[in-house]
Amino acid sequence: MTTRFDVNGKPVEVTVEPRMTLADCLRHVLRLTGTHVGCEHGVCGACTVLVDGEAVRSCLMLAVQADGRQVTTVEGLSHDDDLTPLQKSFRKRHALQCGFCTPGMITTAHALLTEEPDCDADRVREVLSGNICRCTGYISIVEAVLDARSAYRKPGGGAA
Amino acid sequence: MRNSFVGAAVERREDLRFLRGRGEYVDDLAPRGLLHAVILRSAVAHGRLRAIDFSAALEIPGVHAVITAKDMPGGPPIIPMRLQPLPDFKPYEQPVIAADKVRYVGEPVAVVLADSPAIGEDALEAITVDIEALPAVTTRAAATKGDSLLFGPNSGNVALTFRAACGDAAAAFERAPYRRRESFRTQRHFGLTMEPRGLLAEWDAARGVLRVFGAAKVLFFNRRILAKQIGLPEEAIDMVENDVGGGFGARGEFYPEDFLIPFAARHIGRPVKWIEDRRENLMAMNHAREAEAEIEIACARDGTILGLRGHTYTDMGAYMRTNGAVGSRNVAQFMSGPYRIPNIDVDVTLFMTNKTPVGTYRGPGRFETDFFRERLFDMVAKDLGIDRVDFRRRNLVAESEMPYAIATINPFESKDQFDSGDYQITLDRCLTEFGWDEKSKLQGRLIDGRYHGIALGCFIEGGAAGPKESARLALNGDGSVTVYMGSSAVGQGVETVFAQIAADALEIPMDRIREVLHGSTAHVSDGYGAYHSRSVVMGGSALLDAAEKFRSAIRVAAANRLGCDAAAVKLGEETVSGPDGRSLKLAELAGISAEGAFLNKKHTYTYGAHAAHVTVDPKTGRVQVIDYVAVEDVGRIINPKTLKGQVIGSLVQGLGGAFMEHLVYDDQGQLLTGSLMDYLLPTASDFPNLRSVTLEMKPSPINPLGAKGAGEGGIIAAGGVMANAVANALASLGVEPRELPLSPPRVWALVNAAK
Repeated sequence: MTTRFDVNGKPVEVTVEPRMTLADCLRHVLRLTGTHVGCEHGVCGACTVLVDGEAVRSCLMLAVQADGRQVTTVEGLSHDDDLTPLQKSFRKRHALQCGFCTPGMITTAHALLTEEPDCDADRVREVLSGNICRCTGYISIVEAVLDARSAYRKPGGGAA
Repeated sequence: MRNSFVGAAVERREDLRFLRGRGEYVDDLAPRGLLHAVILRSAVAHGRLRAIDFSAALEIPGVHAVITAKDMPGGPPIIPMRLQPLPDFKPYEQPVIAADKVRYVGEPVAVVLADSPAIGEDALEAITVDIEALPAVTTRAAATKGDSLLFGPNSGNVALTFRAACGDAAAAFERAPYRRRESFRTQRHFGLTMEPRGLLAEWDAARGVLRVFGAAKVLFFNRRILAKQIGLPEEAIDMVENDVGGGFGARGEFYPEDFLIPFAARHIGRPVKWIEDRRENLMAMNHAREAEAEIEIACARDGTILGLRGHTYTDMGAYMRTNGAVGSRNVAQFMSGPYRIPNIDVDVTLFMTNKTPVGTYRGPGRFETDFFRERLFDMVAKDLGIDRVDFRRRNLVAESEMPYAIATINPFESKDQFDSGDYQITLDRCLTEFGWDEKSKLQGRLIDGRYHGIALGCFIEGGAAGPKESARLALNGDGSVTVYMGSSAVGQGVETVFAQIAADALEIPMDRIREVLHGSTAHVSDGYGAYHSRSVVMGGSALLDAAEKFRSAIRVAAANRLGCDAAAVKLGEETVSGPDGRSLKLAELAGISAEGAFLNKKHTYTYGAHAAHVTVDPKTGRVQVIDYVAVEDVGRIINPKTLKGQVIGSLVQGLGGAFMEHLVYDDQGQLLTGSLMDYLLPTASDFPNLRSVTLEMKPSPINPLGAKGAGEGGIIAAGGVMANAVANALASLGVEPRELPLSPPRVWALVNAAK
């Protein structure tokens, strides 16, 4: 099947089998390998991407279901020249070790902070509890997300 | 320039690529002409393999080949053990693919090569495997009874019994005024990595070179095995380390796939990639931790421990894998932990069952045996009417006793000793940080429907396994330096810590270390990899040796050019100068390279103490960790940021083992926990209240850095401390946990049984 959607702001057209997941399409057809696949049954969260701004498990969504939508991956939340404030917080707090779960943590945290830039630690933990990290023990990840809140607040305060 | 990068909380170099999705893991590679391997695994735990019919699979468009044992002339190669390769274990080593028998659910039976993993999985459905089922052996009782033998009449289901001994335990028990005997058990769980395993092999027929990507942990050792099995000289095989999504002892050992995928690539003459899915991962990666103990302690009335003896048993699963004996050995040899126990006689029996074979998992054997010991200690202290802190304090090995010899293990005649430490320091610091005296007032109290309990435990953590590590430094055309290491990265941040060590040793800024390249066989002449918390101590010390030689080589080369004595050459950050003031840019000496090594047969011992406060809801069995303090002395800290990350990360894994992680089998040998919906891992909301204190009080005397292996300490004490905290909380009910995990149903059952 041929399907068209936007990835990181650019239109793409792909011809894929109907059974191909969005994760496999991003990784193996579009070669955006920043999105990782850790369980293929929607538990680990490593494959989380944004679809129309919402955090979605790309292993539980078919590529053809993305038709007409805006998909954002970790590559789309990154710049060549410098780390973003969220990424800088992760680095400063040592919120990653092996890096495999990290893209899913970044996309999930970005979606949360965009919606709720004033969220508290409990809320961060609740939202991140859908993303498994085996290295850090999570404490540093939660700290990093809390640190990054200020970058998501609109000038003049208040939620976005 | 005198640097002090070592000891500083330097931000990691690795992060710049990982945070932007630019890491390169093995599944990110896609060479032209790639085929995908999918593995057909036995669905039967124990049986005779009579026939495999894959003719229908070959009819499916996009399926290129199906490989079975019949494709391997002389039969499938056997995977040799890497550690403790005793002759007794030989009959139990694993063939790379089942030929006539299957012995666990998940054992490879056939390999399909297809245009995509999806087509390959379609093909699995079209293969018919005829297996005559045999009775599955899933328990110690069934294994030792021996009605059903895994390896035929010549080899029983018991592979070996190790014995750890010192002093005269029989005599000590005879005259002891107090003894207590107890039984404990830890459950099967494992070092699950977030990135499943994967390999990509390419056979270059024209050059006769095999390249294997996705190699990890012990690449040079694995290359030796593969070279022998596949019939190539070692130099014809390149093992390439990509980014590795977690190791924890499990990843990077030589598994069946480490032969099958390179073999398949050579067989078909095209690149072949295999990426494990999570279900496979749960049934094919090394399991660990399934152990039982029947142990007895002897004490004087004042709480002085006189002896420890008993039997322990470890379920090895279906085969002896590369490092399968390590955990078992450690259960026996390290049962005494950091304590002075003069008379020990503890054996460990390794028995085979029709389950996934075991290997190491972070803190192998130590997590299990610390649970046994620390649980027993709390029972003993209560019996003797001695405060449990005082009981431990009285029996900790004293600094004046260092180096302290521990029980010797046989067979292998493996002796070991603690290198240095003042074990009272970490205990005291832990109690102070935790606020033990204040929190003691809460113990056993029922507040708002929850019982409060506190507990502590002391531990030691081994590190720095020998025999050797290698490092090489090379001067680049722009005057920067590239570091090549025999150590491997499994996500622990070696690029950063080795850059810190190298910059200090060379007295140059860290940004002049252009790259730290590690693991792959092309980088150094030999390498021993990442296991037993050895990278910093072994690799770091090799790096110091390489730096010394590198600086000498620069002096000699500069002396030639400057016409002076090598000893008179002064090394600067970017230039070298002679006594007459003439100087050269370092870049002009590009090409200079020096290799260093560190040889070591002794181990380092990090030590520490943990204390924790929990609440237990008697109605649901749910345990909540209110506070947890982990204190350890690692001798010398290279990077406090990454070290803390290791401690907290391993602690949460330990709490996973204490409360949730459990690989469950039924009596037919079927794995019941084959997904992450069933195999529970800690998440961000489970353990928010954890603290760590890392000290550098007593450097190791056995390496030039003074460092000790660190990174496993957090996990080792967790099971024992949690079980004691639950026991303490429920003391009024007389609850004594003797088995992990302390899942809500188990705690609930203990509460109800006590009522």
